[in-house]
Amino acid sequence: MAKDRANPLDYSRKTWMRLCMGFTFVFLYFPIVSLIAFSFNDSKRNITWQGFTLRYYEQAFNNSQLHEAFLNSLIIAGISTTVSTILGAMLGLALYRFRFPAQGPYEGLVHLPIVIPEICMAVAMVAFFATVNMPLGLTTITVSHIAFSIPFVAVVIRARMAGFDRSLEEASRDLGASQWQTFWNVTYPYMKPGLVAGALLAFTLSLDDFVITFFTSGPGSTTFPIKIYSMVRFSVTPEVNAASTVLIVITLALTVAALIIQSRSQGPTHA
Amino acid sequence: MPDSNTIITIRNVVKRFGSSVTAVNDVSLDIRRGEFFALLGPSGCGKTTLLRMLAGFESPSEGEILIDGEDMDGVEPNKRSVNMVFQSYAVFPHMTVHQNVAYGLKVAGTPKGEINQRVGEALALVQLESMADRKPDQLSGGQRQRVALARALVKKPKVLLLDEPLSALDAKLREQMQLELVRLQKSVGITFVIVTHDQNEALSMADRIAVMEHGNVLQLAPPAELYEYPNCRFVADFIGKMNLFDGQVVGARDGRVVVRVNALSDRVGDLELPYDGEARGGVGVAIRPEKLRLSSSEPVDEPVRLRTRIMEVVYYGDENHVFLEAGEAKFTANLQNVSRGAHAGVVRGEDVWISWRQEDTLLLTS
Repeated sequence: MAKDRANPLDYSRKTWMRLCMGFTFVFLYFPIVSLIAFSFNDSKRNITWQGFTLRYYEQAFNNSQLHEAFLNSLIIAGISTTVSTILGAMLGLALYRFRFPAQGPYEGLVHLPIVIPEICMAVAMVAFFATVNMPLGLTTITVSHIAFSIPFVAVVIRARMAGFDRSLEEASRDLGASQWQTFWNVTYPYMKPGLVAGALLAFTLSLDDFVITFFTSGPGSTTFPIKIYSMVRFSVTPEVNAASTVLIVITLALTVAALIIQSRSQGPTHA
Repeated sequence: MPDSNTIITIRNVVKRFGSSVTAVNDVSLDIRRGEFFALLGPSGCGKTTLLRMLAGFESPSEGEILIDGEDMDGVEPNKRSVNMVFQSYAVFPHMTVHQNVAYGLKVAGTPKGEINQRVGEALALVQLESMADRKPDQLSGGQRQRVALARALVKKPKVLLLDEPLSALDAKLREQMQLELVRLQKSVGITFVIVTHDQNEALSMADRIAVMEHGNVLQLAPPAELYEYPNCRFVADFIGKMNLFDGQVVGARDGRVVVRVNALSDRVGDLELPYDGEARGGVGVAIRPEKLRLSSSEPVDEPVRLRTRIMEVVYYGDENHVFLEAGEAKFTANLQNVSRGAHAGVVRGEDVWISWRQEDTLLLTS
């Protein structure tokens, strides 16, 4: 036997491996940690630590423009999540269930919005809205968000359904249930974890999207990320840090929730 | 016309998938009310397709299926008075045992009190009363299968369809479930149609068996008839074990035919076998391994006897399988281990006499 071959766990004991891991963590998380830390800094500038304060959180919460932007973001995310989850679930289910001509190319096309650069999507959206004479505003943002969220939901649902035992649906039909009853009693309960995960994914994608939103927004339809961007152009105050921290916490919480729900559903799914 | 004794009539049913695959090829058969019927055949012989057509998951390309005199053409699975036990059991994983069994009654809008009563009866029938509140992932394979059985039987179907119901169980449990299924079928009086590739399962449970191959039914008969009088080489070889030889018909006289077996003629001469029909040309001659007798001295009063060499002895405990050779002819003999050391003299390399009764020989014309 090869005696000198290292056990996979042994690599974590090698110095160069540890250094690599250390650098990765610093590069990934130092900016975020410092952002959060300085949101509590009692100073107008983000340079030196002056002491702990919650003043800038207060200021951010009392900023009515920031308020409005946050509300806009929630409305957009809420509507786009609902619509894209329903449409994406239908798409994912159709891709799982049916065999039709040109299915391969069609699946590729469905995944395209995930792959193509966001800026291209944004330009395409603006061009599209101009052609159909749609004034830019909350509606156009919402429509764009629905468009780019659908494939993500579809992919999650498709993956979930891959483990589904189709004879469960046949058993339900055999026992006297209609197609509709079978879907709600048998298929839907199995899909549910995928639906929740897909919806949370769509929600976070919508909440923190900048590029597409920036292009498709109009006067009076500022969203939270765009408002923060315009505040930063002025100057990076701890208030911006505070607002960003709030956004981080929300997205993080939702992502963790999605992960937990997904991992739970990957347990003993069916006997 | 189907009489009142017939519950399922299958008439000239053909099922094609695409343009090239014919899964079921012009099958006609009647299944009687209250019988335990088995569709037996190797995988891909069309037996499962036939069962799925009875359940309504596939529709015949040609021909018709009648269940209790009613034409099933275009009738959806949920509108048929048959229920199925699936190979994977298909027990709903998110429902308890009770909810699983109640499902079929609930979607039919049965009143709650009646549901609870009937579910209780069904669970008692399969001895699962104490498991009613468990989820399927807390049950063993055998228990899940009982749930699937109870779930189908609670609907009081005219016919219960079972698709390879025992294939996922281990050998001991399988034997136990075979007995239990027969007991269950007799006590509920519902017609059972079972699909299996396991000949032991079919022989031990069914009242009648249809042996299928390549989408055709080759023989339909009760187990004993199927075993003792297979009508073709495939059935003879598929059911049990068989010593099979090629031969030619060389003559016939008063209900018997004279057959020359190429590999044996120089040792035993021509065989004179009882046969009713007409036979000529090439035929198969077959003898079951357990019908061979071994003796160390020449059995002079047996008409069919020859000297063979023991090539191999395989010990199974209850039986010894002895592989013998006489020139080109190869035989297998199964000897019951009737007492300790019963076959002490049967060892590799020894010569023994084998003999069998002429009446036990089978003549296979196809």
